Amino acid sequence: MTSFKFVLLWSDALFFLLIAAVIAGGVWSRRQPHLRANWRKVGQNRVAMGSAAVLAVFFAIAFIDSLHYRPQLPNVDQGEVRYSTEVLSALDALLMPMRTQTEKTYSAPLATHLFAKETLDDAGRDYPPLRYPGTHVFGTDKVGQDVLYLTLKSIRTALLIGTLTTLIMLPAAIGLGLLAGYVGGWVDDVIQYLYTTLNSIPGVLLIAASVLMMQVVIDTHPEWFATSAERADARLLALCAILGITSWTGLCRLLRGETLKLRELEYVQAARALGVSSARILWRHILPNVMHIVLIAMVMDFSGLVLAEAVLSYVGIGVDPNTISFGTMINTARMELAREPMVWWSLAAAFIFMFVLVLAANLFADALRDAFDPRASR
Amino acid sequence: MLAYLIRRLLYALPILIGVNVITFALFFIVNTPDDMARMQLGVKRVTPEAIEKWKAERGYDKPLFWNTQASGAGQVAETIFFDKSVKMFALDFGRADDGRDIAREITQRMGPSLAVAVPVFALGLFTAISFALLLVYFRATYLDFAGVVLCVAMMSVSGLFYIIGGQWLVSKIWHLVPISGYAEGLSAAKFIILPVIISVLAGIGSSARWYRTIFLEEYTRDYVRTARAKGLSERFVLFRHVLRNALIPILTGAVVVIPTLFMGSLLIEAFFGIPGLGSYTIDAINAQDFAVVRAMVFIGSALYIVGLLLTDISYTLVDPRIRLS
Repeated sequence: MTSFKFVLLWSDALFFLLIAAVIAGGVWSRRQPHLRANWRKVGQNRVAMGSAAVLAVFFAIAFIDSLHYRPQLPNVDQGEVRYSTEVLSALDALLMPMRTQTEKTYSAPLATHLFAKETLDDAGRDYPPLRYPGTHVFGTDKVGQDVLYLTLKSIRTALLIGTLTTLIMLPAAIGLGLLAGYVGGWVDDVIQYLYTTLNSIPGVLLIAASVLMMQVVIDTHPEWFATSAERADARLLALCAILGITSWTGLCRLLRGETLKLRELEYVQAARALGVSSARILWRHILPNVMHIVLIAMVMDFSGLVLAEAVLSYVGIGVDPNTISFGTMINTARMELAREPMVWWSLAAAFIFMFVLVLAANLFADALRDAFDPRASR
Repeated sequence: MLAYLIRRLLYALPILIGVNVITFALFFIVNTPDDMARMQLGVKRVTPEAIEKWKAERGYDKPLFWNTQASGAGQVAETIFFDKSVKMFALDFGRADDGRDIAREITQRMGPSLAVAVPVFALGLFTAISFALLLVYFRATYLDFAGVVLCVAMMSVSGLFYIIGGQWLVSKIWHLVPISGYAEGLSAAKFIILPVIISVLAGIGSSARWYRTIFLEEYTRDYVRTARAKGLSERFVLFRHVLRNALIPILTGAVVVIPTLFMGSLLIEAFFGIPGLGSYTIDAINAQDFAVVRAMVFIGSALYIVGLLLTDISYTLVDPRIRLS
């Protein structure tokens, strides 16, 4: 298996775009003295840098997991080259032994024998030995998959939900927020009506209703997707979009308020007096001065979205059941604590990884807010 | 005051209509009733007759907005939009897929939802405020720091963990309360106590930290300095001045959720088998019962709008400087 076909899923493309945007934003803010001072404040915060390092590891794993390809199938006849319908990622290739070395069913972390007794050929009922004893750091799940492999694969889903949701809603939130605050009048009324209406629908219910509808669309159009990975990917992106629709209102309101304030400041008045067009004022004078709010909102929303993914997938309105995520892991392991003797490692692994990720995100977000929002500093 | 209330209620009407139109678009225009029928009956090998029968049983066989075959008012009234959306304003929600009346089901399930949600709300508010007060009393000490760290750590734990872990520890290992279920009357207490404690615990991290910030902000005000300059004790300043003023934003901020307490909590009710509106919604989602989900969306938005109105009123009640106009 030497040859492969590179696959670029939509979510991969958006994820790469996001990383590029973060890098570009970093380069841009290096050239702004007042932003550089803020970043220095973040850099001097030991907790912030520690959590940033943890987040960087998570993002690196997600990045490797976003390089998708389809391996070539072994050539049966000397005809055209065929590729597997299974979409793998670079992470799968790196973790090849973990992915393929499966057991029959549950085994405890680092165990040498299966978890339940079975009838063996020679010696009555006993714990059968594992095929790969001592290699499963977090044990194996019901169908014998390595739990550590599943948790590492879950990271990409969690990060995509946490970041792409904000990325997708950003244009709408920024555009409408600035417009409502700057233009005012009936435009303001319409935009306010729009977000009050969306806001008044309970979030979970709007998500549930939209996901149900999206499921019908995806199920009635199987011809849109070549592989099951593409279908799962479409569902993931749709979920991000739906979560975005329910969460852009908060940022939009913040931006509207800030724009209302900035509009009356002298430098904007001066620009207007000099005959600068409205579009240019918004782009050059107002947008750069509200970007810190966007940044803060983005990192503050992240941890909530990661937690929300788990809950939504658990309820059955989250990602595709075939997508590996913390929510689907918890969902399949939900009854395992009730077993006798209980199976705790799947749940423990999912919760520990999620806790570390969300804790790091929360701590980093706090440091960022303290550095960039002068009012929040205490 | 009365004039203001009436005007606010009139403002609420277009929002409710907007919600209605959005849900209608979501449920009937994105997917036609034909799609839904095919989905429910299985995608492959469905005869057109079966689809027609499914639609007729649920009243989806009418035109969407305008019925050309009917006469007079029937042109508007005998449509899906009138049947399924306009009638909601009269609290007529139609029937669920299993044939039961949704409005009746909702009134029956409101009790259990409230039995959990009201104690969670009251107890949660009380513990979070007390905890924040404790941290503020010991502000800028290691106790305060440890408390904030605890809050952030508790915020970072998934809500599912509190539920699964709590059920496992309290019900399975300690055998203190039943794992799930519900009973009428006072015997409901043993079923309710664990979900209430878990919900309070799951929510305390973020709210206590937020309240702490509000308290600290209040400490920077001039009147606090004046009170100290008068020679009042630190404890007196905290409880008589800071607490009372900080409670204004805290309590008025909490008012908005009071009406939505009726909706219950999806997760808690599903895990603990409480027959409230939350588990009703979850069952409807899993069974893809669109009529029920639509009804719950409508009720939820109406309650939210009531909550906004109550918030405005409570502002005027606690702060005489704010006038409604």
